[in-house]
Formats: sequence, C-alpha cells, structure tokens
Amino acid sequence: MSELLLLRHRVIPEIDNLTVYRQNDGFQPFHQVVTSMQPAEVVDIVKASGLRGRGGAGFPTGLKWSFVDKNAWPHYVVANADESEPGTFKDREIMERNPFQFLEGVAIAAHAIQANVAYIYLRGEFWKIARQLERHIAELHAAGLLGDNLFGTDYGLQIYTHLGAGAYICGEETALLESMEGKLGQPRLRPPFPPSYGLFGKPTVVNNVETLTSVPLIIEKGADWYRSFGTDQSTGTKIFSLSGNVNKPGNYELPLGATFRELIFEHGGGVPAGREIKAIMPAGASSSLIVATEQALDTPMDYESVPAVGASLGSASVIVIDDSISIPWLINKTIHFFKHESCGKCTPCREGNYWMVHLTDRINAGEASWEDVELLQDVASQIKDKCFCALGEFSIEAVLSGIERFPEDFRQRTAAAPTKVEVDQENPE
Amino acid sequence: MNTLAEKYFDDIQAVLEKYPADQKQSAVMPLLYMAQREYGYVTKQAMQEIAEILDMSATEVASLVGFYSLYYDEEGGKYRVQVCTDLSCALRGAEEFLEKFCENLGIQVGETTPDGLVTVEEVKCLAGCDKAPMFQVQTGEGLTYYENQTEESALKQVERWRIQEDVG
Repeated sequence: MSELLLLRHRVIPEIDNLTVYRQNDGFQPFHQVVTSMQPAEVVDIVKASGLRGRGGAGFPTGLKWSFVDKNAWPHYVVANADESEPGTFKDREIMERNPFQFLEGVAIAAHAIQANVAYIYLRGEFWKIARQLERHIAELHAAGLLGDNLFGTDYGLQIYTHLGAGAYICGEETALLESMEGKLGQPRLRPPFPPSYGLFGKPTVVNNVETLTSVPLIIEKGADWYRSFGTDQSTGTKIFSLSGNVNKPGNYELPLGATFRELIFEHGGGVPAGREIKAIMPAGASSSLIVATEQALDTPMDYESVPAVGASLGSASVIVIDDSISIPWLINKTIHFFKHESCGKCTPCREGNYWMVHLTDRINAGEASWEDVELLQDVASQIKDKCFCALGEFSIEAVLSGIERFPEDFRQRTAAAPTKVEVDQENPE
Repeated sequence: MNTLAEKYFDDIQAVLEKYPADQKQSAVMPLLYMAQREYGYVTKQAMQEIAEILDMSATEVASLVGFYSLYYDEEGGKYRVQVCTDLSCALRGAEEFLEKFCENLGIQVGETTPDGLVTVEEVKCLAGCDKAPMFQVQTGEGLTYYENQTEESALKQVERWRIQEDVG
C-alpha cells in the first residue's frame, strides 16, 4: 500500500482524538493560513496542487474557489457529505475515523474564501456521524481552533452540521443548497453557479468531504509534494470504494493512475473462487459497464484514462461484477434506484425512468422480446442529453452500455418470450 | 397549543441559531426530526406546528415529508429496520437475507409485526456496501447501522429489542 494521505487512521489509529491529531501537526496548516497567509495564496497553492473534486465531477478545486464573487457577501462553504451513490462509502470512513483532518479542510477552505460560516450537509442516515462531528466541533471551540478572533486575528469561523433526510439527489450541489434552505431537494438551473449564487443566494463553495480532507496536507507540505502522487493531470491520491463480487471489499487509498487490476486483484483479492470477472462499474450505479478485458484491467484509474475505455472515474466507487451475474438483472437494479431517486423536476428523468423500470422488470423476468430491448434502448437514448441535471443523465449509462456491450445476456433473457409482444404504447405495463 | 414549540423550545432555538435570522425555513428538516421523536411519525398536527414556528404553510411542510424518505406520515413499528438491497448489497446476498428475515418474522416487506415492534423496509444505498448484508434501524431517537449481518444475528437483535421493550 502506498502512502496514506486521507485514511491516516490506518497508520495512526487514534487520530480521531484531537490531541493525537495535533501531535501529528494537525491544525498547524490552519494556524499558518489564518495568521500568515493571504486567502489568494491558499487558493493558488490548491490550484497548483492539481486537486480535483472527489465527489464525482473532478472539477479543479482551486479554480472553483477562485470563482467566488468578491462583490457579494457573506460567503459560505458547504461540505457535501450526502454520500449516496450506490457503491460509495469513503466519506463515511473519513468522517468516522479521521474527522479532524476533514474539519481542518473545511476551516482552510472557509478562510480561503473568507467565509465565517461553514455547513456540513450529511445524509440523514449519517445521524451518528453528525453527532460525533458536533462533539468534535465543540472540542475545537474549547481548544480555540474555532470561534471568533482566531489566533488573535479578526477572523472567526463557525461550523454547523445539517442533516438531510434520505434523497440521493441532494448530492447534486444545487439540490443540496435547496434542501439546506428547507425546500424540496431539486436542482437549480445553472448558471448562476454556486460561487456566485449559492446558499441563501450568496457566493458559496460546495466541496466533497474527500476533497476537503485532502487540503490540510497540501497546505502543510506544498503543491509539488502533492503532485508527486498520481499522474500529471490527475494528481494526488484517491479513495477507491471497492464492492460487489470481490473477496476483500473496502476502501483503498491509492495514487490516481493505479490500475483496475491492482485494485481488484492485488488489494481486493480478486473475484470469488471458481468465477471469472465479467464487468466493472468504476463510478457506482451511475457508471457505464466496462467489459473486463485484459486491456480494461490494465487501464489506469484516473480522470483521463477511464473515459478512454468507455466510462468515467466519477467518485471511484468500483463495483465488480463476475460471470454469475446477468446484466439485465443488474440494470433492472440500477433503474429501480434511479426511478426511486428521481426528484421529479424534469420529464425525461421522471417519466423515462418509470418506463425503463417497467421494461427492465419484464426483460429481467424473461417476459419480454428482443423488440422490448430495442424499445428500452430507444427510451434511454431519448433521455440522453435532455435531463435537467446529471442524475437523469447517469441513469441511462448502465442501460445503454449494458445492451451495447453485453447483447448476449439480453438475447438469453428474451429468447423464451414470443417474438412479438403486444405493447400498448399508452400503457407500457 | 403548539406542543413542539413549548416542549422543545431550547432545542428549536439552538437549531434556529445555526441559520441567518431571515432564513428560518432552513430549520424545517431538523424540526421534522423532532416531531418524529415526539410523535413517532410526522402527524398532521406536527406539520401545522412546524409551519407556525417557521412561518411556512402546512402544505409546504407536508410536501417535504413526502419528498424525503426518512420522514413518515403514518405510524410504523417502534423499530424500523431498513435493509439495503441496492446493487452492491444485492451482490453480497442482501435480497436473500431480506426475504428470509421477513419470512422468520412472519411479515412481508413494508409490514409491521403484530406486536408493533418491528417494521421491515427495503431501502436504497446506505453507504455500507462492503459490509452487506446490512441495515439501519430508525427509531424516534435516531439511526443505528448493523453491518455484516446474517439471518441469525438479525433475529437475535430483534429478540433483544423484544426483551428490552417487555422490561421497559
């Protein structure tokens, strides 16, 4: 295993204790930022580090910070801890086991954009983690690391938690902001983007937990040090959440650019005995299915290389599929997820996923013909590029790639059905 | 009478302090959790009370209860056992686990045991994919995760609740 920058509790087990965290130079970077650095310097270091958003979009973090409108105040930082992508469980481990590094990252980001209030939006299921974080925030106040006039300066910072209540869509940053304002979690039309019009209509930076947790060490050790991990374009380390048909599922922190083979076979112990690896979903349920060829397995997991094999890195939640799994069953699963989680705002996603649930239910049950597979393909293609937000666009990734790359599985499922099934177009059921 | 406003006065003030004074509506989700703690689920009366406290309409509050899956507008078992059967969990046997668990309790998914102790629900990803089969248990007091479960361990847990409730 390479050096751990995020899952440091695996080498320093008591790092969730503030004293231990500080003995390991914790809150030195924040102290330095507040007492002796200009916000712009901090933004420049993060830019130079090449850090990109770890929630899935991979947007350059420093650039996002630099977009904050300096003519409108106050500013806010919101940590996105709504981790809900099927197959993703990395932010949870960070917040449970290395919470102070995360909180310090929030604090540094807040200072960099001169926000005096930061919120952590956690999915409602993370109720216990929110309680723990609140205790840690109280400890930071007691230690003089949060509150007014920090380190004798004019700068002050409060961090609050805010619990969601079960809605995948709130991981989309503008839906998250709506939810924080006490509204339905539905995405906003963009532009304007949050750095100009965010929480309560004020300039806001929304960053994923893992992104923020990467920041303290970048400030402490510098951009060049950070760039020594990973590849030219995809710098640093990343937590890969490995799940599915694999012997040792779990979180693995590796430099960006490590291969699927290394993750799945060296670290994850490969697929269960007697089975063969069939497909990989590199970005959870939102992912296209990659055929697990030798070439695919040797593909570096970074923001540039994964698209070259027909998927994207996303939040790096790698789901392994072995040869016991039928792809029609799998896409039926992912479509049920998206149908349940569609916020209902735009028609292609809301109605399209409803249609796809019915079609994939029938296909999976062996009650459909090949024409239904074509109809499914047609519905999915019509959803493509017409949704209000990325969630709708993600819903069809597994469907279209599944049909295209694993047609045999669909032929088998439809072989038993009559060649022509009467489909009432008004009532697909 | 506004029960929530009276009984949870300090808690509500503490929640409101988190947000700018002109953004009271941000407190609606925390207040819905309080209502659930008080009443077991979000009653019509609670929606009205929250609406009054936050200067919203009861309809707006009700729409949020409908939108977010952790809020309930009807009574369920004291322990809501929510089993994830999403893709990663299903690949580790979560569907079979759910089926057998329900079979043993003598109920269908979505139903409550006759003694009102347990409601079993099927839910979407809970970020516990590497430790499936897993479920969360929601009570008025909060949420707890139970991971790396077997049929036996889950049934034992139900037995512990049963004893706990009998004693209580």
